[in-house]
Amino acid sequence: MLPLGRGFFIVDLNLILQATINGLLMGGVFGLIAIGLNLIWGVLDIINFAHGEFVMLGMYSSYFLFTFLGIDPYISIFINIPIFFVFGMLVQRLLIERVMKARFHIQIMLTLGLLIFLQNFALFAWSSDYRSVKLSYSLTVFNVGGLMISFPRLMACLIALIIAAGLYIFLKKSDIGMAIRACTVEKEGAALVGINVRKIYLFAFGIGSVCAAVAGSTLLPFFYVSPTLGSVFILTAFVVVVLGGFGHFLGAVLGGLIIGVAEALGEVFLPGSLKQVVSLVIFILILFFRPLGLMGGKIE
Amino acid sequence: MIGKRFLAPKIIIPILCLILLLFVPLFVGTYTLHMLILIFFYAYLGQSWNILGGYAGQLSLGHGTFFGLGAYTSTLLFIHTGLTPWLGIFIGATLASVCGIFIGFLSFHFGLKSHFFALATIAFAEIFRLFANTIQWVGGAQGLLVPLKGNNLFLFQFVEKEPFYYIALGMMILSMGVVYLQQNSRLGFYFIAIRENEEAAKALGIDTLKYKILATAISAFLTALGGTFYAQYVLYIDPPGAFGVLVSVEIALRTIIGGTGTIFGPILGSFVLSPLSEIIQSVIGVGKSGVYMMVYGAILMIVCLVMPNGIFPYVRKFFK
Repeated sequence: MLPLGRGFFIVDLNLILQATINGLLMGGVFGLIAIGLNLIWGVLDIINFAHGEFVMLGMYSSYFLFTFLGIDPYISIFINIPIFFVFGMLVQRLLIERVMKARFHIQIMLTLGLLIFLQNFALFAWSSDYRSVKLSYSLTVFNVGGLMISFPRLMACLIALIIAAGLYIFLKKSDIGMAIRACTVEKEGAALVGINVRKIYLFAFGIGSVCAAVAGSTLLPFFYVSPTLGSVFILTAFVVVVLGGFGHFLGAVLGGLIIGVAEALGEVFLPGSLKQVVSLVIFILILFFRPLGLMGGKIE
Repeated sequence: MIGKRFLAPKIIIPILCLILLLFVPLFVGTYTLHMLILIFFYAYLGQSWNILGGYAGQLSLGHGTFFGLGAYTSTLLFIHTGLTPWLGIFIGATLASVCGIFIGFLSFHFGLKSHFFALATIAFAEIFRLFANTIQWVGGAQGLLVPLKGNNLFLFQFVEKEPFYYIALGMMILSMGVVYLQQNSRLGFYFIAIRENEEAAKALGIDTLKYKILATAISAFLTALGGTFYAQYVLYIDPPGAFGVLVSVEIALRTIIGGTGTIFGPILGSFVLSPLSEIIQSVIGVGKSGVYMMVYGAILMIVCLVMPNGIFPYVRKFFK
């Protein structure tokens, strides 16, 4: 941004395009994180404040698989999927399931407790150091007509979108997927037609955790990891869920892309840490004016 | 007959407790006093939160907004104009109240409920934190040091802990008084009606929007008073310590653990949780990074699992 006197600014168009592209690529990852949060929220009616911590744990898992075993972060996704599916189910079975009937004060406090616990577990086990991995392709950049597209960011976005698409098909076509969607719409009805709601809850939480952990793996090649990483993503994930529409799958992807771009542009135009204000203001406005999200309340 | 009424345990026990508490500083050391100040302080904040979160039933996770506004307003006025925090405290509280009315009006006008209201309040507090973090005039990320002018009652500064002890005790009793009055007035019944069934309350002719905003304003005012007290006691404030999500959670936590919508809930929650966190801290030590907060998180989860209605119902059952 070049100051032009009298308060006018000329903004480099290239800079805006560059920020938009980076934002879109990051937005795919936001979308995947939000899909997990949205699924848990939609099916169980629980806001999982510890969702960002799952991203952080997924990232650490990929980090250690790389540093100790030399497994590429993109390959470690396949290891993370079963680990975090089981982890998510355990969290559901041991913690969330027991407060399903409690008031939502308690539900929120429980997931906040889990957030504090996991964050500080990471701090205790792996110290507060910022860690990142050096990969042969970490700094690879494609030059497309003067715009720089970072390879790991592109990969992250692509993987996120592929997983999202796969999950979408799974939810639409498979029996379990349909049962999960049935529970989102009407729990008692689902139970009446013979769906084991308790099992569906376990599945939904497992899948939600996997989304977060896989997003973490895809972030690792270009993003640092530290115990407080979760708090970077959790608010953004809420914004994306509300923006995209609660219980709305494609909306979460769209919301992720929008917020990704909004934050990237906010970084260009606003000083310091104010970029987050953009998404928070969008969040509040959406809550006020479109509480059912951009796509309207239709649950798929 | 009057004598009999005054000898009823319901009246005599609190009076005995109060007398006992008034003489405590004569017998205990600085550390215990510090712990008691924290207990009273968090009980006070919890009680302030209780009006909105407990009685009116609107779960706010953004009381850091009001806390921070109180702390920052009085401190900035003190630094830049030399205004005594005794006056700044009320300017900050009024400002927080106005802000509460603004947030309350917007949120409730647009019909935000439960989860969505909680998320909106977090968003507002985060916006305040980010601005406080960026604007250098209010200290930026480094925060603000309250200039120490020595023992000065007029400037709300004391070297000893005793004055803070009595102020914190007074604030706790004040908040109990406010909640007691509210609980036994028309206002309190309106709040509870809104919490239990808003549609029915509306049908009975209660202006639910007005009373929810009123609850927010009262709650914000009291919380901001706590903010100034904190700034004067610790002599330092920074954006995460004033507006941060964890501050908001701490404010709500004591009451939720103790029992929401009850006058003794916040007190009970604070008397259990505040010493507990101090004790874990001294047993494990803050030095071993993470362990203390890990245990804290675990305790939080256990309480949620074991006592989903808070501690108060168990205590009440025990005494009955």
